[in-house]
Amino acid sequence: MSTPLVELNDISISFGGIQAVDHVTVDLYPGEVVGLLGHNGAGKSTLIKCLSGAYQMDSGEIKINGKTATINNPRDARRYNIETIYQTLALADNLDATANLFLGREIVSPFGMVSDATMEAETRKIMSRLNPNFKKFSAPVSALSGGQRQSVAIARAVYFNAKILIMDEPTAALGPQETRMVAELIQELKRQGLGIFLIDHDVHQVKNLCDRAAVMKNGQLVGVVKVDEVSEDDLLAMIILGKKPEHLAA
Amino acid sequence: MADATDAKAPTQRRNALQSLEIDTRLLGMIGAFIVVALVFNVLTEGRFLTPRNIFNLTIQTVSVAIMATGMVFVIVTRHIDLSVGSLLATCSAVMAMLQTSWLVGEAMPLGSAALPWLAIVGGLVVGTLIGAFNGWLVGYLTIPAFIVTLGGLLVWRNVAWYLTTGQTIGPLDETFQAFGGISGTLGAQWSWIIGAVATVIALVGLFSARRTKITHEFSVKPVWAEAVVAIVVVVGIMGFVWVLNSYDLPERVLAREFQAAGQEMPEGYREAYGLPISVLLLIAVAIVMTVVAQRTRFGRYIFATGGNPDAAELSGINTRLLTVKIFALMGFLCALSAVVASARLTFHSNDIGTLDELRVIAAAVIGGTALSGGIGTIYGAILGALIMQSLQSGMAMVGVDAPYQNIVVGSVLILAVYVDILYRRKTGA
Repeated sequence: MSTPLVELNDISISFGGIQAVDHVTVDLYPGEVVGLLGHNGAGKSTLIKCLSGAYQMDSGEIKINGKTATINNPRDARRYNIETIYQTLALADNLDATANLFLGREIVSPFGMVSDATMEAETRKIMSRLNPNFKKFSAPVSALSGGQRQSVAIARAVYFNAKILIMDEPTAALGPQETRMVAELIQELKRQGLGIFLIDHDVHQVKNLCDRAAVMKNGQLVGVVKVDEVSEDDLLAMIILGKKPEHLAA
Repeated sequence: MADATDAKAPTQRRNALQSLEIDTRLLGMIGAFIVVALVFNVLTEGRFLTPRNIFNLTIQTVSVAIMATGMVFVIVTRHIDLSVGSLLATCSAVMAMLQTSWLVGEAMPLGSAALPWLAIVGGLVVGTLIGAFNGWLVGYLTIPAFIVTLGGLLVWRNVAWYLTTGQTIGPLDETFQAFGGISGTLGAQWSWIIGAVATVIALVGLFSARRTKITHEFSVKPVWAEAVVAIVVVVGIMGFVWVLNSYDLPERVLAREFQAAGQEMPEGYREAYGLPISVLLLIAVAIVMTVVAQRTRFGRYIFATGGNPDAAELSGINTRLLTVKIFALMGFLCALSAVVASARLTFHSNDIGTLDELRVIAAAVIGGTALSGGIGTIYGAILGALIMQSLQSGMAMVGVDAPYQNIVVGSVLILAVYVDILYRRKTGA
């Protein structure tokens, strides 16, 4: 097989004596969606925050395209073309969609002034692709609906040519139609060769959208399985009991 | 501040206002200011709205207004700075000592041309460094800004005392005093020229903003609305210059000047004060700070951090360094205010800037800066300072006792914030 896009090798991180992530190893290939499953507090968000630069791991190694990567903060992660859609969306509510989309990466004129008009035009372009109904370009995002806010967060991740995309429960706050839209987007990004980590509670959705699923319990990795080889019940059993299904256990 | 548009006003008028795309908050503040001015004008039998009083009002506002623009950034990022009055005193002490003692020697006797400028540079450097130090304590050591600057309030007030061993230092250099207001004005001719230049720049700005929108195919307001805005801008700028140019130097001052030059004063000769340099300084600060707030990454990050600190951090913004920069800027502006405040007094005194921290915070808050962070404007803070100063000097002119003045100003502060809360609730902003 080719080189994995991302290798998370033997990652550990603890907070005040609690081992939040305990020697976990997961990898991700280009054009692949890997689902991360587990109860609340299983450590999936914490694991992924080591990759997005929000947390720093205690031990372990991250490799991007086979090379060891140093990620100490979100700025480092962006340099490796890692984009994250956080569960909380991480939007500045007082700013408009354009300001949020370009936050930290504003387009500036030669005099160092931010080019709001250019950025708004770019925002209109990408939003017309992601969410054609989106019209509130100059309202603060606090005035937007949950789905509209979500599309701003997604647009921000997609616009800057992400190679590795992390989605933390991207459909948690969405209605059925918007959920379908996100699912279609994931399929499209996959075709473009992105690698996607998808953190989700919904076993059904993971089975539909993902190629493989990594299940975590109490900070440890229960196992990584191909979703075609397991049933939804198998996945549930892994989440609840913390054991791999018998027909796969070697 | 209060929303000037009446909710029950006819629909047509609301539509007109909407197409003008004018900030209703700005309109409300200007409305409140006009009401204050008119009420005092009636109470003082027309003495409040004279060129002389308007001139005095503007030069009294400058020092607090300059600091208030920096306080907007501090409060927008959910911090506070209680040390600005003390910082002003330390900077003022440094500048007074530099120009009257530390720098004075054989190479540079009193009255040297370079002396006031070196003193100003020294004061600005000191102010910026102290501000940066405050910011480092807040940003990197994560000590709450309230505590850092409460400590700073005591520390810097008394550092200023030690620098001058408690003495009043003066008189300050004459060039330095030109930044104080009355002793540094441009005269009628230059005031008109500057007013005209400002008008042209403003109109070009309006026009190019419209053109940018059209090239990107965004919606623009109707031409009549643009014209109304342009007329208001022109009348505003030129009207302000006209008022200041209507305040003449007293005849005896002019007579003395002619006498000193050994000449006879012509019959009916008059000379206007015109724009004070300190007011020009405030206008320059206001423009630069507005550009920083709206058109630079620094400003964008300030508002993003205020709106959601976690999101800012996750977007790759170095919020700790940002905090240092914001407090350093605040320190710089304190030093700038120290120039104006001590120049206006013509000397440095120990109590200079006492209670200014409260006036500055009040000006920013009356101007619509939200203590919860993320919201605030530079023009609002300046208008807030102007409204506070108008209340204060208006009541003094009417003859209200000093204790009552403070009672009124304090009540107005609380009322203004309450009105602002109601306004936000109604507009959902």
